[in-house]
Amino acid sequence: MSVADITLASQPEVKGRSLWADARHRFLRNKAAVSSLVIFCIIVIACFGAPYFGLRAPDDINWELESWGPPNLELGYWLGTDGNNRDLFVRLLYGGQVSLLVGFTATMVSLVIGVIWGATAGFLGGRVDGFMMRIVDILYSIPFIFFVIMLTVVFGRHITLIYIAIGAVSWLDMARIVRGQTISIRRREFIEAAEASGVSRWRIITRHIIPNCLGPVVVYVTLTVPNVILIESFISFLGMGVQEPDSSWGTLVSEAAVVMEIAPWAIIGTGSMLAITLLSLNFIGDGLRDALDPRDR
Amino acid sequence: MSPAPLLSVQDLKVHFDVTRKRLFGGTPAIVKAVDGVTFDLKPGETLGLVGESGCGKSTLGRAVLRLLPATAGRVVWLGEDLHSLDHAEMQQKRRDMQIIFQDPLASLNPRMTVGQIIAEPLSVFNPDLSGTEVKNRVRQMMAKVGLLPNQINRYPHEFSGGQAQRIGIARAMINNPRMIVCDEPVSALDVSIQAQIVNLLMDLQHEMGMSLIFISHNLSVVRHISHRVMVLYLGKVMEIADRDSIYANPLHPYTQALNSAVPIPDPDLERQKDRIVLKGDLPSPLNPPSGCPFRTRCPRATEICAQIMPDLLPAGPTHHVACHHAGPRER
Ligand SMILES: Nc1ncnc2c1ncn2[C@@H]1O[C@H](COP(=O)(O)OP(=O)(O)O)[C@@H](O)[C@H]1O
Ligand code: SF4
Ligand SMILES: [Mg+2]
Repeated sequence: MSVADITLASQPEVKGRSLWADARHRFLRNKAAVSSLVIFCIIVIACFGAPYFGLRAPDDINWELESWGPPNLELGYWLGTDGNNRDLFVRLLYGGQVSLLVGFTATMVSLVIGVIWGATAGFLGGRVDGFMMRIVDILYSIPFIFFVIMLTVVFGRHITLIYIAIGAVSWLDMARIVRGQTISIRRREFIEAAEASGVSRWRIITRHIIPNCLGPVVVYVTLTVPNVILIESFISFLGMGVQEPDSSWGTLVSEAAVVMEIAPWAIIGTGSMLAITLLSLNFIGDGLRDALDPRDR
Repeated sequence: MSPAPLLSVQDLKVHFDVTRKRLFGGTPAIVKAVDGVTFDLKPGETLGLVGESGCGKSTLGRAVLRLLPATAGRVVWLGEDLHSLDHAEMQQKRRDMQIIFQDPLASLNPRMTVGQIIAEPLSVFNPDLSGTEVKNRVRQMMAKVGLLPNQINRYPHEFSGGQAQRIGIARAMINNPRMIVCDEPVSALDVSIQAQIVNLLMDLQHEMGMSLIFISHNLSVVRHISHRVMVLYLGKVMEIADRDSIYANPLHPYTQALNSAVPIPDPDLERQKDRIVLKGDLPSPLNPPSGCPFRTRCPRATEICAQIMPDLLPAGPTHHVACHHAGPRER
């Protein structure tokens, strides 16, 4: 090495600016997305922090009050009481735990299965691809509600069934998205460069293909969470989901809907909580899509 | 006696079945992208591979590295036919053979840092190497190809085309391979940068002693770097010769046409030179001409050319040509 080389080599390393860093920068400039993210975080903290805020217990029945009573700020019943004289607001927070948990777990399941399934099918191609995607098609063709009813008939009503049912269907879209991405990335030259370097197929999938199709995946995840929450609410609304004394946003909205005329505040409170959560997730998803793929705007 | 070849390609054929699948068959369609190519590559030698775009150069380069399956023929690497190895055996051979691509940026994973990109082939074959050792080797390699080692944490999109190609070269060189296929490594670059990259490859070859297969659609680009030049047309070898004979004494009408398209720096000579303008386009590879594939555009074509494909015959000690009417150009 010459003297010049040594001085060059000893210079401090320049930090690179990854595509992720670029995307984060663009996301943070999107006001709607950032405020949605803040709102969503507040909702998550409120729901999961509820046991530590010194609030009433969700099964605490107050015999002094009437059922479906109006909001009572003096006593701290911000949304009034439910049909069993319990604090509706507290129940809404605890119900949020169930709804959000179902949303996250089912999405995580769909993420893991969908990404691995789709990337493998797209990368291997040919007959393996055909076989794997036929399985997806078959599962896709089963009507979802029929599937849920079958499960409840066979196993009885249980919250785990909801996880299984939703997890089993929501990875199908993910697998299709990832497969499409994989097929387009597979043709790019850096994959061939990795093959030529003796990189194993598994490592090509995990190090080269998956990181490059993560953009659409992240966006789809933020859109899956609200979808799953909505599905869970729907199942609970139909009476096949969460059971007393537990609640979810779906059961609360469905109970409040029945007494809409005598206790409008109940449906407004529960409904807006659900709507705000879903909307903020959608705005976050939109923001991520714009940030990750600036060409698409 | 000449040294034993590193690589010996024997009657290699790569055909693509492009039949459009229809309910009732559809007419079979086959592109013979590489059709019976034979050549040797000696250690430390550079073979220039020239031909118009679409004549099968990339396909040949990839089949030599078994990135594509061969339809027929053999690719013998140090006595072993690569296309008969199993997957694991082939992976082991990849340590000694590498490829550099035309579009430098497309050949680099946009989500990986330069350091990770260059280190990948190294870690594949040396999984026990410590992180610091890998980093040191990568930094040395970066300096060797003319990149600043302190840029190791940057991402490909932060580099120019020429620099990105240097990254690709560093990745190809990191395992000290014995052969590199360079698939039009400078065609996508500015003319001012092309020479730098070609010189870099020559310097590295001088230092590390690997063989190169240097692909280009431009005869003048390979002139500087090649020891021998092979001219390809529609998947077949037209002429193969030492660098000096192919430029001073091209015997095949196609080589002569390619040669006359090369601009001469001296404007007076350039004006005197009479160009052979190639008539028409490359024929469809789906339906190549009978006999000699070049006959539809050849100024010397006669009846026999339409009937019989000429063999690749010796025209000198280091010169082979496939033409019924091979010979120097008449003025
Ligand atoms: N995967 C493929 N499937 C079908 N045809 C192909 C494929 N790859 C290349 N070809 C065809 O083979 C011929 C040679 O292509 P290529 O080797 O890329 O030429 P070059 O590199 O000389 O420009 C072209 O006609 C091209 O269309
Ligand atoms: S064989 Fe005939 S057609 Fe082919 S290059 Fe020679 S003269 Fe031309
Ligand atoms: Mg090519």
